[in-house]
Amino acid sequence: MTGKAGPEHEDPRARRPAIAVACATLFRAGCSGGVRLCRLSGGKATLMHIMEGYLPASHAAGWFAVSAPFVVAGAIRLKRIVAERPQARMTLAAAGAFTFVLSALKMPSVTGSCSHPTGTGLGAVVFGPAVMALLGTIVLLFQALLLAHGGLTTLGANVFSMAIVGPWVSWAVWRLTARLGASVAVAVFLAAALGDLATYATTSVQLALAYPDAASGVLGAVVKFGGIYAITQIPLSIAEGLLTVVVMNALSGRAGMADEIGVLSGEVK
Amino acid sequence: MMAGHRSWGLIAAAAAIIAAPLVLPGLGGDFKGSDDLGTAAILQARPGYQPWVQPLWKPPSGEVESLLFALQAALGAGFLGYVIGRRQSSRRDDVAGR
Repeated sequence: MTGKAGPEHEDPRARRPAIAVACATLFRAGCSGGVRLCRLSGGKATLMHIMEGYLPASHAAGWFAVSAPFVVAGAIRLKRIVAERPQARMTLAAAGAFTFVLSALKMPSVTGSCSHPTGTGLGAVVFGPAVMALLGTIVLLFQALLLAHGGLTTLGANVFSMAIVGPWVSWAVWRLTARLGASVAVAVFLAAALGDLATYATTSVQLALAYPDAASGVLGAVVKFGGIYAITQIPLSIAEGLLTVVVMNALSGRAGMADEIGVLSGEVK
Repeated sequence: MMAGHRSWGLIAAAAAIIAAPLVLPGLGGDFKGSDDLGTAAILQARPGYQPWVQPLWKPPSGEVESLLFALQAALGAGFLGYVIGRRQSSRRDDVAGR
C-alpha cells in the first residue's frame, strides 16, 4: 500500500496536519481496489464544485473546520423545526429534494461550457439558512461518493460555498427585498438567483486563495477564476430563480399571497 | 388560474435561457464543464500539479455516470411531485368539506 503511494501523490508544497495525513492514507487504502478504474476514466469532466485533490491539505482541513459548526447548527435547527411544527416535515423534505434535482441538472450556458444550479434558495427562504447547511451537505456527499463530482477532501470547501454562503445570501436578499416591499415572487426570484451566484463567487475565492496568481496575487486570481465561473453562471442563476418561484408556488398553492412562505414553513395555518 | 399561467410562462422562460446557447448562432462552444476550465486554470498557474487524492470511486463510463445523474434527478423530482400532489388533493378536500 505504501509502495503505491508514489511521489505523484505527494504535494511537496503542502504541509499536512496529522488529520489530513490520516485522511489521505484512508483514501489510498480505499482507492487500491479501484485504482485501475480511476486511471481508466481519469480526467473525466466534473462540474462546478472543487474537484477531489485540488485543494492543498491545509486548505481542505481549514474549510472543514469552518463548515463543521454550521452543519451541526443546521442539524439542531432541523430537529427543532420538526419538533415544533411537524406539518413542516414535508416541505423540509421537498426543499432537500429540490436541491437534489437541480444539482443533477447540468445546463449549457452562453460561454459554451456547462454548469448546474444549486437549488438551495428555496429552503433558505422558507426555513432560514441554517438547515440548508445540513441538506446541502447530504447532496454534496451523494455526488462526491457516487458521481466523483466534487470530492471528500474538498467537501468542507464545497459545503461552505454551496450549503452555507449561498443559503445565507439567499436568506438576506429575501429579507431585504421583502422589507423593501417587493412581491413574494420577485423576492424569491432574487434570493435564489443571487444565492446561486454567491456560491460560485465563493468557489472562485477559494480557488484563488489556494492558487494565487504569480504576478497579481490572490486578487488577480479571484478575477481569473471568477471570470471562468461567473459568466457561465449568470444565465443559469436566472433560470434557477425562475424555477424556484414555480416550485415555491406549486408547493404552497398560494401564489402571490403574502402568507405563501409562512404557510410553507408551517408558521401560518 | 392566473398563477397557473404565470408558472407556465416562467417555465418557458427558463427553458429558453437554457436552450439559447444551443440554438443561437454565435453562442456556445463545446459545452465542457466549467470545472474543466477551472482545472485548466489551476494547471496554468501550477504546471504539473497532480491532485493529491483520487476519488474513492468513479462511474466506470459516461453512460453509468449519466444513469446516476438521471437517477438523482428522478428521485428528487418524483418526491417533489408527490408532495405537490398531496398538497393539492388535501386542499381540494378542504374546499369540498367546507
